[in-house]
This record gives sequence, C-alpha cells and structure tokens, in this order.
Amino acid sequence: MALNQFMFYLLAAVIMVCSVLTITSRRILRAAFYLLCVLIATAGIYFMLDYQFIAGVQLILYAGGIVVLIIFSVLLTSHISQKFAKPGLARVIPGVLAAVAGFVLSAMTVLSFPFQPSGQPAIGNDMRTIGLQLLSVEKNGYALPFEVISVLLLASMVGAIVVAKKEKSKEKP
Amino acid sequence: MIEGIPMQHLLIVSLFMFFAGVCGFIIRKNMITILMSVELILNAVNINLLVFNKYLFPEQLQGHFFALFVMGIAAAEAAVAIALIINIYRRLNSINVEEVTEMKY
Repeated sequence: MALNQFMFYLLAAVIMVCSVLTITSRRILRAAFYLLCVLIATAGIYFMLDYQFIAGVQLILYAGGIVVLIIFSVLLTSHISQKFAKPGLARVIPGVLAAVAGFVLSAMTVLSFPFQPSGQPAIGNDMRTIGLQLLSVEKNGYALPFEVISVLLLASMVGAIVVAKKEKSKEKP
Repeated sequence: MIEGIPMQHLLIVSLFMFFAGVCGFIIRKNMITILMSVELILNAVNINLLVFNKYLFPEQLQGHFFALFVMGIAAAEAAVAIALIINIYRRLNSINVEEVTEMKY
C-alpha cells in the first residue's frame, strides 16, 4: 500500500471514529475535543486533495475559531465535570434508525452511480487564480456570492452582539 | 486527486460524517452539542463539494469557492447560535432543549 493511501485511510478512520465519539460522549468538553479532531483530520484530507488554501481556512476558521467559541460557551454555561444522563431509548432508536437508513440508501446510490469526469485539463488553484476569480464579474467569477456573504457576515455580527448584549435595567435613567 | 483512492471512498467518509451529525442532532438534548452536530453536517458537505470539484470538474473552481462560502456561513451561524445560547442560559438558567419551552403556545 502506498504511503498516500495509508495516510488517507488513517485520516478517514480518525474522522469516522471521532465523529461517532462527538455525538456519543457524555462529557461535553470531550465532545468538543473530538469535534476538533474531526476538523483537523478534514483539513488533512483537503491537503491531500491539493487544496492548500481551503485547508488553511479550515484550520484557522473551524479549528481555531468555531471550536474555541464552542469551548468558551461550554465553560460559560455548564460545569466541566458534569456528565449527561444517558439519552432515552425513545430518542436513540429513531435517531440511529434515521441515520442508518439514510446512510445505507445514500451509500448504495453513491456506489452504483456512474460518475463521468469531464476529462478537461485541471486549472491551477494557486492564490493568484483564487483571488482573481473571487473578485471577477466575468465568466468563472464569484463577485456576487462574495458580496452577498459579506453582507451576511455583517448582519450576523450585528445580530450576535445585539442578542448577547445585557439589557439595561429600566429603573436607571 | 489522490492517487490510488477512488472518489467513492471519499464520498463514503463524508456520508458517514453527515449521518453521524444527523443522528447527534436527534439524540442530543444539550444545545451546544446540537450545534456541534450541525458543524459536523456542514463539514461533511464541504468535503463533498471539494471532492466533486477535484475528481469530476477540475477545469473550474466552483466547488472550491462554494466550500469557502459554506465555511463563512458556518462561522456566522455558530456566532449567532452561541449568542442565543448564552442569552437563553442567562434567562432560564438551562440550555436543555426540553426545558426551553417558553415560546410554545
């Protein structure tokens, strides 16, 4: 087995095991740590697919930003040593059933579908191409979604600040 | 493209991650763990977008850019959701989804 195959299956195993542990761990801080492992292994897969920019963004934004935010809110809202009660069967059975049924159905579809590669020469994905395409309005330009998402980010930033702000008590002038 | 790895193996990995997220969304009660499940789902979708881009349409960067946008949306969603969770905890002193029923009629 070549080294890159070994590396891929190692990353895949880490992703599968840790994503199951994320949803079954009964200590919330450990669940956050397993989520971090999943996200870092995903960044490894992006590096193997030769998408260095996306892998860097994944490490910075998910592993550095969102997981830290989640751990921060865990520390604000619950005790570290607190263990969850085991979820009841009335919840586990429908959840596992839905997941297994969906997985089997989609896996069968994926394995039987004849994918047709376009067979055209690959475009480079260096920073120059990414930057030019992201701000271009020509064919293969993504300026509109870029602007839309910047408005969305501004709106969610304002919304998060407004929601989390402490209300002023009304007695004081 | 990763040499020696068929596309289906990558898709199966991301499918597994997606349905682990769906399962966690249903069986968890704590709001923060539900948020973690949503992050798993979004991450699985990202892997799919990049794999289709790399294996099927390497002459464009569509999947690459939309994976980038999905990441931005995931960050915005996490920020707003955590603001809501902290506000709910401040008001009701609990973030268990079964106890937060104040807005039910």
